[in-house]
Amino acid sequence: MPKLSQFFFPKDRLSGRELIVVAILALILIFVMPPLLPGFRLDLLHRYLALAIVALGIDLIWGFTGLLSLGHGIFFALGGYAIAMHLKLQVPTTAPSPLPDFMSLYGVTELPWFWYPFYSFAFAVAAVVLIPALLAALLGYLVFRNRIRGVYFSILTQAAIIVFFNFFNGQQKLFNGTNGLTDFQTLLGFPVRNAQTQYWFYVITVIFLALAYLLCRCLTMGRFGRLLVAIRDDEVRVRFSGYNPTSYKVLVFAISAALAGIGGAFFTLRTGIISPRAMDIAFSIEMVIWVAVGGRATLIGAVLGALLVNFARSLLSEQFADIWLFFQGALFLIVVLALPTGIVGWLRTEAPNLIAKLLGRPQPVATYPELEFDPEVQYERQVLEQEGK
Amino acid sequence: MTFLLESVFNGMSIGAVLLLTALGLAIVFGIMGVINLAHGELMMLGAYTTLVVQNGFRQLGEGWFDAYLLIAVPLAFAVAAGIGVVLERGVIRYLYGRPLETLLATWGVSLILQQLVRSISWQMTLQIALFCLLFFGGRWLLSKRAIAPRWQAWVSPVLLVLSFGISLTASLVAGGTVGLAMTKPWFGAQGVDVTAPSWLRRGVNLWGVQFPFVRLFIIALTVVCLAAIYFFLLRSQWGLRIRAVTQNRSMSACLGIPTQTVDTLTFALGSGLAGVAGCAISLLGSVSPNTGQNYIVEAFMVVVVGGVGKIVGSIVAALGIGFVNYVIGSGLMTRFLEPQTALFDFFEFFASTSMARVMVFILIIAFLQLRPAGLFPQKGRMVDA
Repeated sequence: MPKLSQFFFPKDRLSGRELIVVAILALILIFVMPPLLPGFRLDLLHRYLALAIVALGIDLIWGFTGLLSLGHGIFFALGGYAIAMHLKLQVPTTAPSPLPDFMSLYGVTELPWFWYPFYSFAFAVAAVVLIPALLAALLGYLVFRNRIRGVYFSILTQAAIIVFFNFFNGQQKLFNGTNGLTDFQTLLGFPVRNAQTQYWFYVITVIFLALAYLLCRCLTMGRFGRLLVAIRDDEVRVRFSGYNPTSYKVLVFAISAALAGIGGAFFTLRTGIISPRAMDIAFSIEMVIWVAVGGRATLIGAVLGALLVNFARSLLSEQFADIWLFFQGALFLIVVLALPTGIVGWLRTEAPNLIAKLLGRPQPVATYPELEFDPEVQYERQVLEQEGK
Repeated sequence: MTFLLESVFNGMSIGAVLLLTALGLAIVFGIMGVINLAHGELMMLGAYTTLVVQNGFRQLGEGWFDAYLLIAVPLAFAVAAGIGVVLERGVIRYLYGRPLETLLATWGVSLILQQLVRSISWQMTLQIALFCLLFFGGRWLLSKRAIAPRWQAWVSPVLLVLSFGISLTASLVAGGTVGLAMTKPWFGAQGVDVTAPSWLRRGVNLWGVQFPFVRLFIIALTVVCLAAIYFFLLRSQWGLRIRAVTQNRSMSACLGIPTQTVDTLTFALGSGLAGVAGCAISLLGSVSPNTGQNYIVEAFMVVVVGGVGKIVGSIVAALGIGFVNYVIGSGLMTRFLEPQTALFDFFEFFASTSMARVMVFILIIAFLQLRPAGLFPQKGRMVDA
């Protein structure tokens, strides 16, 4: 189907230069950073790269489509749980019971039925992507079909996250409740907590981040991307033009959820724990602020924002434990009030002027070019310059 | 009969708390179209106000202590309304018509308020007061004088840095000299209990059902608040203006209604109601910096289910959600069913407070499939609801 692939992935627009830049950045992350950074920092970098994948998904749905999801923690956690369940089933043969260790604590004698497929690694990997995507598609379909949008969508996703939090928190026997799944041993026979294995997880995370970036880039460049922006800017007109915005919104919600799931899986592999706390409301809203700080609808801004905000967070909360929450609150206010386009947006629009001004270069004048050649305008300009400065 | 009465009463009391919480939200959201995620924190401030008033009255003696609620309710209203005014003038005013940004900004405010309550001490109060005095006072003084235009842009940043530095140094010095009395947080991060006055601690037993007075008090408070809101919106001069601005902002402005004042007033009203709600919930459980978070999402659901901009909708939705919540959460459904049947197991699974929320959410999503705009949607010939 040549037409459909053109619709989603326009061949001619992704320039080779961008591909090379992405590849170089990925290679730097893979080969230069690990020897350069001490283990603790590398650990943080790995976590934040995993979160950057989530941020890309949020940028796709919020930046481009204008749907503010406050419930991406659900998909993040589901991805994490999917891989964690597979890890949890790698019970060593010496263990007294063939069940995951926490289950015997609660007196579970038989593995719950939905745990069985997670014995298969392939299924678990597929589940990381598919379970969040399918859930998002279902939820999105039910919500978008009724043209529930804007803040209503945000509220509903927020309610959904509370619901999932309660569900996972309450089910001690199925998911170990509040404590979450932790204490993983092996993955495909490799010990998970080994430094060597963790390095490979890091490499795969970087590769996935690069791929996710390129995927989002392709998706947003073509007609599909333009439709998303059109939905963001005037959904009614899109509908009147003969498109059905619902299906696009459902699709983009699902893709974004899948990205969140992948991010969650990598995050879980690094931290070695997934618990219902990943479905905290606060965490889900934080994800949005990464994108807002970096710059909405810029993709690279989402990655940048996730890394910057999280590093700032770990630096600040190492120094002053209390101040981070003040700082985070202020960050929300500042970004919304003073920097609505985020860092990347600011760099694109304001920064060139500022640099020109600092260098003493003449300011570009925001008028029609013809106006500059109008003798009357030129005269007035001269007069003003003589009078004023 | 007994447990029918019991479930109606319990459902109603849950609904009353929900309604009280949602009322302020419904006003702000319905009239101004602003989603206020800091609403929960305004409630929390109301609850802490109650705590402070209670502690103050405890000093006065046992006889006085019983009357503290009479002061606490209006004071909670006033404190929350005051913060609401500051919030509207300082932040939300710049964000009208951008609901998603408002959402994020108010979330930022809510984080700041939470941490503020956790860590506020005399030292911090001193710092904030000094900063406000220096910064705003300095700006006011400078606005009286003529400043060369090229320096005008520098006034605020320089003042900001100066007053922040001075206030920080002063508070650190004060904290260093006075010591713990200065630096100890007032409330801390721990939950604190508010003791109900003795006349609320009892209950009455009718037809074999226990009616605690606290619950009855909250229901009464809700009714009073509702009546006051109705009276204010439908009978008073400012209520008329608020309704006019809701209907047509520019036309109202042309007719001489100060729309900005109306906005501030509406927001203060909604915030004040949050304060009253906080006062009520402080009687039900312990008060902690995250008190507000537990109620806020359900309050939003009440507003969405009820239909935005309709207080009647909020009433019906709050009572309905409260009732369903109680009936499912308390395991009432399982009493009517045979054990070991599929339906019994199903309801058994959801028979706890947290699982009832799961069920209620599913029901709400199902309900929104039938009536996407809520119970009482705005009528009109709009392309989009």
